[in-house]
Amino acid sequence: MLKIDGLEAEIEGKQILKGLNLEVKPGEIHAVMGPNGSGKSTLASVLAGREEYEVTGGSVDFLEKDLLDLAPEERAGEGVFLAFQYPVEIPGVSNINFIKTAVNEVRDYRGLPAMETKEFMAHLKEKQKLVKLSGKLANRSVNEGFSGGEKKRNEIFQMAMLEPKLGVLDETDSGLDIDALRIVASGVNELKSSKNAFVVITHYQRLLDYIVPDFVHVLYDGKIVKTGSKELALELEEKGYDWIIEEIEGKS
Amino acid sequence: MSMSDEDKIIEEATSGEYKYGFVSNIDSELAQKGLTEETIRFISGKKNEPEWLLDWRLKAFKMWENMEEPEWAHISYPKPEFQDIIYYAAPKPKKEYESLDEVDPEILKTFEKLGVPINEQKALAGVAVDVVMDSVSVATTFKEKLSELGIIFCSFSEAVKNHPDLVKKYVGSVVPQADNFYSALNSAVFSDGSFCYIPKGVKCPMELSTYFRINEANTGQFERTLIIAEEGSYVSYLEGCTAPQRDENQLHAAVVEIVAMKDAEVKYSTVQNWYPGDKKGRGGIYNFVTKRGLCAEENSKISWTQVETGSAVTWKYPSCILKGDNSVGEFFSVAVTNNMQQADTGTKMIHIGKNTKSTIVSKGISAGKSQNSYRGLVKIGKGAVGSRNFSQCDSLLIGDRCGAHTFPYIECNNKSAKIEHEATTSKIGEDQLFYCNQRGIKTDKAIGLIVNGFCKNVMDNLPMEFAIEAKKLLEISLEGSVG
Repeated sequence: MLKIDGLEAEIEGKQILKGLNLEVKPGEIHAVMGPNGSGKSTLASVLAGREEYEVTGGSVDFLEKDLLDLAPEERAGEGVFLAFQYPVEIPGVSNINFIKTAVNEVRDYRGLPAMETKEFMAHLKEKQKLVKLSGKLANRSVNEGFSGGEKKRNEIFQMAMLEPKLGVLDETDSGLDIDALRIVASGVNELKSSKNAFVVITHYQRLLDYIVPDFVHVLYDGKIVKTGSKELALELEEKGYDWIIEEIEGKS
Repeated sequence: MSMSDEDKIIEEATSGEYKYGFVSNIDSELAQKGLTEETIRFISGKKNEPEWLLDWRLKAFKMWENMEEPEWAHISYPKPEFQDIIYYAAPKPKKEYESLDEVDPEILKTFEKLGVPINEQKALAGVAVDVVMDSVSVATTFKEKLSELGIIFCSFSEAVKNHPDLVKKYVGSVVPQADNFYSALNSAVFSDGSFCYIPKGVKCPMELSTYFRINEANTGQFERTLIIAEEGSYVSYLEGCTAPQRDENQLHAAVVEIVAMKDAEVKYSTVQNWYPGDKKGRGGIYNFVTKRGLCAEENSKISWTQVETGSAVTWKYPSCILKGDNSVGEFFSVAVTNNMQQADTGTKMIHIGKNTKSTIVSKGISAGKSQNSYRGLVKIGKGAVGSRNFSQCDSLLIGDRCGAHTFPYIECNNKSAKIEHEATTSKIGEDQLFYCNQRGIKTDKAIGLIVNGFCKNVMDNLPMEFAIEAKKLLEISLEGSVG
């Protein structure tokens, strides 16, 4: 589904990704962990197509398309969703209007007619339940005045509404209390199917107690330096990253 | 615009009539170019006006001759050559096309986006319509219903003919002839306009709209509107329309006067979308308007809501004089400028009566290389005990070549008054756009969404159908403003 090959990217002339490889198949959950500044959020931004990042090498194939060739909204249309680390506020635009616009824009991209209001409302109610998002939030402005947990739940709610093929979660667990964490994780687990995949970027192992990954990757200095099963995450939690860094630097 | 361009437009307008042969003797229907006492006598004579109105016009003209064109606004444009304008052309100043194929495809595209029905498209673009249009029959039934209630809603000329006492009593009572350069010019040469009278205790059951009169009269460039709401009455009045209106007249100087008596309420909503000129600003309309309402008696209320997206240059300050005790004035405004457009707009709230209250909410959106200014005056008179004002002026910038300016003036002569002013300036953030893009929303649509969110508390004051159209209009006016 997703094949990242030798990806290099920089921001403001500073190289962050230095030949990153990653392959994700349908039905899989991949966790990407790593110390601060290793390039985790850059990976998420490059996949979503944020303009400030310049790709200087490598390729990204998504469902047999050159992802790097597509505009951000086209990537969304193809089924890439990014849950933001810092969701943006849009004053005066109701959450419901925003997500309705998004759903219909994506449908339009796929050559489908706009969703009927009745169908949309049913879809909305179902997905709100999934992330226990209060109906009141639907009528409030997008993320405005939301608590940290509400913002993250709203991201998962939007993901549920758009039903992407690839969901990228950029440190969705940061700033969440344990209850919110559980809700977010169970949302992801409910959405999981044999046809979609998730890349979960996180600092901490605790999210992986709830979203169980098929693979855990360690990102360090712009490259994936170690890949393992979910046990690797536990090991990292216990021993930190230093031993891996030593292992790599010892080799080179 | 150079003089030769202006000549060309005038020539097109007049030759257009000749070409399609509406009147056999064109020359006799046109005033001489330029403005003299003779021109005014000619206009008044053509309209069979009573002596008092001719005198009123002449008095305005004398005042105008001694006035200077104002230059304090934050706008710059080549000054119109007043002696080069034809001030009267009857009966149809608009050139008519034979079919929609002849109309500028850009305008048609906009109609389509707005979902304007084909017959209305024709009327708006100035295409001759040979079948009886739906809106004409609608207008007729509509008028019958209003007259049952004693409401008068007609053209200004008809009002002069049929209700001279009302016109004589109120015309110029809120905007005196000598109020400013353009009101004096309008008073001297106004062509036509609308008149509305709501009798005591009557709540007008429908929105009154000039839209209904599109096919009845072409009001031309010097329009005059007079609205009188008697004790305890209510009316909501809509002016303009969201579809782009084609007009050969470059200079527009309208006057609107509103009088509200005891316990009366007038809601006046405008959507203005005159031709703004091309991307370089050529050929756009100058819109210099004087709008003022008088809350003459206690507990009266006047609300102005405006969505301004058109014109090359806009110079407009819908105001309220709060004379009656406990009277209320409101001003809600969205002004969008793109490309080379310039807008200097705002309001004046003059508090005279006790416990008078005013609210100002202004949202300015600038894109391209445009300049958008808010200019507002809040004046509290000596006797305005316990009066209150709240002003909120927000500016939104799209791109980095445009400008937003705020000029608030406050004069307070009563210590018990309370005045609040809030102002913000923000830019549409890359972050907001990227967030929308990531959800599949294209940039143009994202801008529309963000801008409509920014304007929400103004748009909420528009009558519903008008609001839906105005929302679409905001999106269309800002298309292509980023990237």
